[in-house]
Amino acid sequence: MFELLGIPPQALFGQLLLGLINGSFYALLSLGLAVIFGLLNIINFSHGAQYMMGAFVAWMGLTYLGIPYWGALIVVPLVVGATGVVIERLMISRLYHLDHLYGLLLTFGLALIIQGLFRNGFGVSGLPYSIPSQLSGGTNLGFMFLPNYRAWVVVASLLVCFGTWFAIERTRLGAYLRAATENPTLVGAFGINVPRMITLTYGFGVALAAFAGVLAAPIYSVNPNMGADLIIVVFAVVVIGGMGSILGAILTGFGLGIVEGLTKVFYPEASSVAIFVIMAIVLLVKPAGLFGRTA
Amino acid sequence: MNFKTATLAGLAAMLMTGSAMAVDVKLGVLNDRSGIYADLSGEGSVVAARMAIEDFDAASKGINVEVISADHQNKPDVASTIARQWYDEEGVDAIVDVPTSSAALAVSEITREKGKIFLNSGAASTDLTGAQCAPGTAHWTYDTYALANGTGRAMVESGYKNWYFLTADYAFGHSLEANTSKVVEETGGSVVGSVRHPFPGTDFSSFLLQAQASGADVIGLANAGGDTVNSIKQAAEFGITQAGQALAGLLIFITDVHALGLETAQGLVLTEAFYWDLNDDTREWSARFSEEMGGSKPTMVHAGVYSAVTHYLKGVEAADSKETEAVMDWMKSNPSQDQVFGEGSLREDGRHLHDMYLFQVKSPAESAGDWDYYKLLSTIPAEVAFMPLEDGGCALVE
Amino acid sequence: MSVTTETTYSSASQAMPIGTPRHHIIIFAVLLGLLLIAPFLLYPVFIMKILCFALFASALNLLLGFGGLLSFGHAAFFGSASYVTAHAAKVWGLTPEVSILLGTGSAAILGLLIGALAIRRQGIYFAMVTLAFAQMVFFFALQAPFTGGEDGIQAVPRGNLFGVLSLADDRTLYFVVLAIVFGGLLAIYRIIHSPFGQVLKAIRDNEPRSISLGYKVNRYKLAVFVMSAALAGLAGSTKSLVFQLASLTDVYWTMSGEVVLMTLLGGMGTIFGPFVGAAVIVTMQNYFASFGAWVTILQGTIFVISVLLFREGIVGVLSKWIKKPL
Repeated sequence: MFELLGIPPQALFGQLLLGLINGSFYALLSLGLAVIFGLLNIINFSHGAQYMMGAFVAWMGLTYLGIPYWGALIVVPLVVGATGVVIERLMISRLYHLDHLYGLLLTFGLALIIQGLFRNGFGVSGLPYSIPSQLSGGTNLGFMFLPNYRAWVVVASLLVCFGTWFAIERTRLGAYLRAATENPTLVGAFGINVPRMITLTYGFGVALAAFAGVLAAPIYSVNPNMGADLIIVVFAVVVIGGMGSILGAILTGFGLGIVEGLTKVFYPEASSVAIFVIMAIVLLVKPAGLFGRTA
Repeated sequence: MNFKTATLAGLAAMLMTGSAMAVDVKLGVLNDRSGIYADLSGEGSVVAARMAIEDFDAASKGINVEVISADHQNKPDVASTIARQWYDEEGVDAIVDVPTSSAALAVSEITREKGKIFLNSGAASTDLTGAQCAPGTAHWTYDTYALANGTGRAMVESGYKNWYFLTADYAFGHSLEANTSKVVEETGGSVVGSVRHPFPGTDFSSFLLQAQASGADVIGLANAGGDTVNSIKQAAEFGITQAGQALAGLLIFITDVHALGLETAQGLVLTEAFYWDLNDDTREWSARFSEEMGGSKPTMVHAGVYSAVTHYLKGVEAADSKETEAVMDWMKSNPSQDQVFGEGSLREDGRHLHDMYLFQVKSPAESAGDWDYYKLLSTIPAEVAFMPLEDGGCALVE
Repeated sequence: MSVTTETTYSSASQAMPIGTPRHHIIIFAVLLGLLLIAPFLLYPVFIMKILCFALFASALNLLLGFGGLLSFGHAAFFGSASYVTAHAAKVWGLTPEVSILLGTGSAAILGLLIGALAIRRQGIYFAMVTLAFAQMVFFFALQAPFTGGEDGIQAVPRGNLFGVLSLADDRTLYFVVLAIVFGGLLAIYRIIHSPFGQVLKAIRDNEPRSISLGYKVNRYKLAVFVMSAALAGLAGSTKSLVFQLASLTDVYWTMSGEVVLMTLLGGMGTIFGPFVGAAVIVTMQNYFASFGAWVTILQGTIFVISVLLFREGIVGVLSKWIKKPL
């Protein structure tokens, strides 16, 4: 048996796989941010709060209405996405003629409100949400015990990421979207309702965050602060990847999850800083980010 | 002039009530009302303080007690601002509860500066009665040493000898790990390794797998709050407990177990100073408590507030004044006795001594319903539960 | 770099030019007068807190309102300076003025490091980069042994100013803090009205044009970033002596958000706005302290309302009303 830097290869495979699982969340969240940024040109600071809402609405659905996990996967993104649509119509749409910074400030305020309300309503100790029975248990892969649920997280995330990429880069609707990003006036002139498209895009981005929240509910504690710290890491992911492409957001998300997983083995104390260090290096070498176009 | 009126008023009060002089006491319950510790302290501590005042029947003994409360948001700067203002402007005589070690240490320093009394129930740091002990500070309910000592010793004695620590990478986690390691090694166990995770963390699977690979008998969770909850949740998910390793929570409250659910938390071993279902007294008290709190049972922090306020009021009654030195002297030289902790005593460094209990979390099958969570494994007598006086390094001790 | 700093210093050392509007002088005088009698009417520690945050918000405003750069990581400078000052005063036993200078200096150095990287991106990216770096500083503060981790540095001695004047009394300390903060505010005023400040505003309003005019835009940006960081550090250092405490709250990202809120509410790009914003927010936090999470909700609501309806901020609206810049 050979060892790599004192770590047996089995353990290393295990950690790589775990990194990939965390990367699934990064990818889903940075994808949502990228989609919103692409069309609305705002950084959605309330993305973390909306991810948290996803987990909470899933919990509420189960507790009050008896909606099981599988139903929640579809219903919750729709519900939370609908709140996103309302927010966009009532507030964000008033800011398009202004500096993009106002969008950031507005969504920051919204994040505070959402987190505060959930804290008042549900406390902060966290709420239990069980893994659906179909996915409980796990598989022994030889080098590690892989819970079935985690495997499902990777699969679901890959499916959604690929689906989004395909919809935006390869379909007619996506073509309209991309065109509207470049020149909304011209696209509007072709008879396409650009404002509605923008609204729905925001709703879709928020729904992606909520979807990630539902995925997270069974494995992380469902509490009002669950998105607050995560969002900053995802910001760093976004800066590293650059906002150039959808594919870039996805690849960076998964990639950084793996890098973070590796630091947890070799130097666990630094694992939370690793992404920020990489960000500093990327900024020095390639200020526009790995996949970014220079603005 | 002021002095004269005060004396006259005192005289009048004396004449009216016969023997006792009227004392106005103002207690400030300062704790977390919105953050991570709101459930284990928060409004419940205010309720507990009020219950202590009612049960003591302070009014008829000529002691008028007023209780005010505020939220320190677990921030030491907010806590110190409020504490200063309470002492300087509001005429608060004693501050009660204060979870979060950083906030508690800040309040303790201000209490020392202003010559007042601080009855801490919610914080964990042994420094409150150690390196930073203060003449007016009493640390009532628990501390990191008591928890580490209780859980560490008991686990080793029941055969879990090899430990692996999952430690939150900051001062609190380090000290919890160090305290427990010491106990484990003293009682014949050994520490096979540890991993430090960033704080706060969300994904612990990687660290848990490292812990599993170490082959230790028990994984000690030297972290707190959401980190502990997530570690336990994920340990269950990765089948770590099913594979035969035990989990030891080094700082965990009944509210955390409530949040986790028994399905996930079952089998966990932990130390607490109080559990509602210990005896008839605690059951009766807890029933009254939960009536006021919408059904939730008290935590050990709530119980500690009740016990501390009770003993404090006895001190005020005996000293016939609220003067800090007189009250603290009485409190330290007389045993405490109340419905929640039973008998106890306050040591000269400010550490309150009482029995601690080692519990194991029940499985869903064993539980009779909501809040029926613990089974008692053993009682740790007050004499050995807390850090010995000479190890604390408190300057008040000659 | 050397050119820009030289410009600032030379203009800052000049006497007040004739161009200073009279109503600014009057407002400064009235403000000073009010602050001189305030400790005899109100609780001094409370006003000192307002003063520290007023300086902090003004420092951010220098960068945001006049440099057009939104930093979402200013807590890093505020907090690290407060740690350095607390450590210098407590462990090294230095006098308060030296401790404060050390704190301010380290914030400036940190500002140079972070600024040099952050100005490589613009707009929203700039905000995210500063936020991410501030988070790094937070993790450092959490783990470094000298910061005391979660407990922070407690019981920092206020010490004797220049080794002679004891600051233990709240009122004595108050006048020292007042001098520091007022000095800081005047310095910011001078920077804004210096030629350097004019160039900054030109860059803020039209960066490509400034580049084509031959200004080394990045040097100006870096210079103002460092100044803003140093002043934020000054505020943090002073705060740590007032509360005798340096803690993680000072470096956490919510602190960065709070100071942005103060600036926004008071009025970005105004002279007196940040002061007003800080006073409102600190007062609100003080009086709503017992309402728990409602404070967060209220802050969020103020954020949303300010952005949607009230972008000029309190002072901005006033200034529009009396048709004079404030």
